[in-house]
Amino acid sequence: MATKKATRDAYGEALVELGKVNPDIVVLDADLSQSTKTVGFARAFPERFVQIGIAEQDLIGTAAGLAAAGKIPFASSFAVFATGRAYDQIRNSVAYGRLNVKIAATHAGVTVGEDGGSHQMLEDISLMRALPGMTVIVPADGVEAKAAVKAATEYEGPVYLRLGRGGWPVIFEEDHRFEIGKAALLKDGDAATIIACGVMVSQALEATKLLEAEGIDVRLLDMATIKPLDVDACLKAAEETGAIVTAEEHNIIGGLGSAVAEVLVEKCPVPMERVGVKDTFGQSGTPDELLEHYGLTAKDIVAAVKRVMARKA
Amino acid sequence: MTTTNKELVEGLRVQAQHVREAILRMVYAANSGHCGGSLSAADIVTALYFHIMRIDPQHPSWEDRDRFILSKGHACPVLYSALALRGYFPQEELGTLRAMDSRLQGHPDMRKTPGLDATTGSLGQGLSLGVGMALGAKLGGKAYRVYVLMGDGETNEGQIWEAAACAVKYRLDNLVAIVDKNGLQNDGPTDAIMPMGSLAEKWRAFGWDVVEIDGHDMAQIVGALDEAKERSHGKPTAIIAKTVKGKGVSYMENVVEWHSGAPTDMELDIALAEIWKGR
Ligand SMILES: Cc1ncc(C[n+]2csc(CCOP(=O)(O)OP(=O)(O)O)c2C)c(N)n1
Repeated sequence: MATKKATRDAYGEALVELGKVNPDIVVLDADLSQSTKTVGFARAFPERFVQIGIAEQDLIGTAAGLAAAGKIPFASSFAVFATGRAYDQIRNSVAYGRLNVKIAATHAGVTVGEDGGSHQMLEDISLMRALPGMTVIVPADGVEAKAAVKAATEYEGPVYLRLGRGGWPVIFEEDHRFEIGKAALLKDGDAATIIACGVMVSQALEATKLLEAEGIDVRLLDMATIKPLDVDACLKAAEETGAIVTAEEHNIIGGLGSAVAEVLVEKCPVPMERVGVKDTFGQSGTPDELLEHYGLTAKDIVAAVKRVMARKA
Repeated sequence: MTTTNKELVEGLRVQAQHVREAILRMVYAANSGHCGGSLSAADIVTALYFHIMRIDPQHPSWEDRDRFILSKGHACPVLYSALALRGYFPQEELGTLRAMDSRLQGHPDMRKTPGLDATTGSLGQGLSLGVGMALGAKLGGKAYRVYVLMGDGETNEGQIWEAAACAVKYRLDNLVAIVDKNGLQNDGPTDAIMPMGSLAEKWRAFGWDVVEIDGHDMAQIVGALDEAKERSHGKPTAIIAKTVKGKGVSYMENVVEWHSGAPTDMELDIALAEIWKGR
């Protein structure tokens, strides 16, 4: 069985590693450093750690100021508060001025579990994607998360990094090369293409195996960067496999599925299905129960692939 | 300011221990949840639900009922305990806390739990809801009162101070804000995470009537809440209650790690024994 690691843990480790070589990195947190894993950086570089308290709007505004002063701020909280509570600060203080702020938010999606609907952020990709100039990254595993933190540091401009709470299977080898805006081909095939992000990449991998057992050979793309989207990879998949299924731990409105649909409908319309949360809030439960309840399992992806294949001309 | 009704105070003290027991059993059953901030608020919430508030558990949506907003929503085990013990729903249901399909969500959901007046969990939003409800009472010519319970860490949020100004502007003397000043938040002591200076002076500067009490002294709690009820001269009341996070369980008291997390079998036994010790 694959080892498991939370993307938030990878984020915490990456910060400490990068902090050693890049003195411009400053980390900010809003009274959740134990949970977001910025606590490691806080211990290693206390003078470059800013504890803002429970004040997410202030968190983002202060990060914007630090960026304007030439620093590379990473601002962290739970996804619901980092993007929702501070949306206008992100829009007007960060994105409008194209400031070099990295928003690294953990506890996204229903896999937050028992804390319930108030804490299960399902609209953050949508909110962040709608902002001009914002880069949106949803890593699939710990390896990719670490690589994404490094890429975000090297990139000049605002970045939103969406991270999870739970331990997810490690998919990539340590030498995985992550590039902002480039999808990773995890499996080739021609019956249809699954385009997934975040925790849904491991569910999709599982789905490809279930389908393979039935003699259905699908392609799988890990679309870790949702903005800018890898349009070429989407179009190539549409042309070569003729059907697309997207899978995300997010509302089906405004996220990965919407981003892919926008490209396909204009440039290469093919049958498509979106696996995601069907425009509802979350609730308390274990992560596995919730993935099942909201239709976010390998089984659900398999069913969507079969539906979309049936619609192929 | 302190009430002299000894019988009442003693009864509420015992009731608060029942509430504490229910909190611990519930978080134990769920194997997650927030003990520390629930236990620090147990005496205040007990006083409200078992003496102060005009409520009717048989009619949870009664229009004229007093309202309670748990702005520090993570402490919902204290509220669920009070609601169950007061008869809003069966006590056995407390065992479903945080489980799939439960009416007792990890953070308060007013569409699910009978008797719950506000959906909270995102800190800093409750006082604005309270201002809206209190203003609604004034506009509708109703006599109900609104109580909002906040954490001291929670007062880091700017929205609280926006609402504090608004409550004074609209002369909301039917509104009571209570700060559960237990001195700890998630990452550490409030003084280290974000020093807020004197909360009493801050609320006073905004124009509130301010009362400072020991949040575990039932006579003081009842006295302060009773006094706020009688007051009607156009000012909201803020009660700054000095409390101990994890109050009643020695190994939880003032320990930041007990902000969240469930007791083990052995820890539960010790906790329950301590709560009933000497009673
Ligand atoms: C807007 C928002 N930010 C962060 C959190 C995460 N959080 C939950 S409890 C907590 C600490 C609360 O401290 P305090 O208000 O003092 O409550 P208490 O110590 O009484 O539990 C934090 C940061 C949240 N629920 N909402």
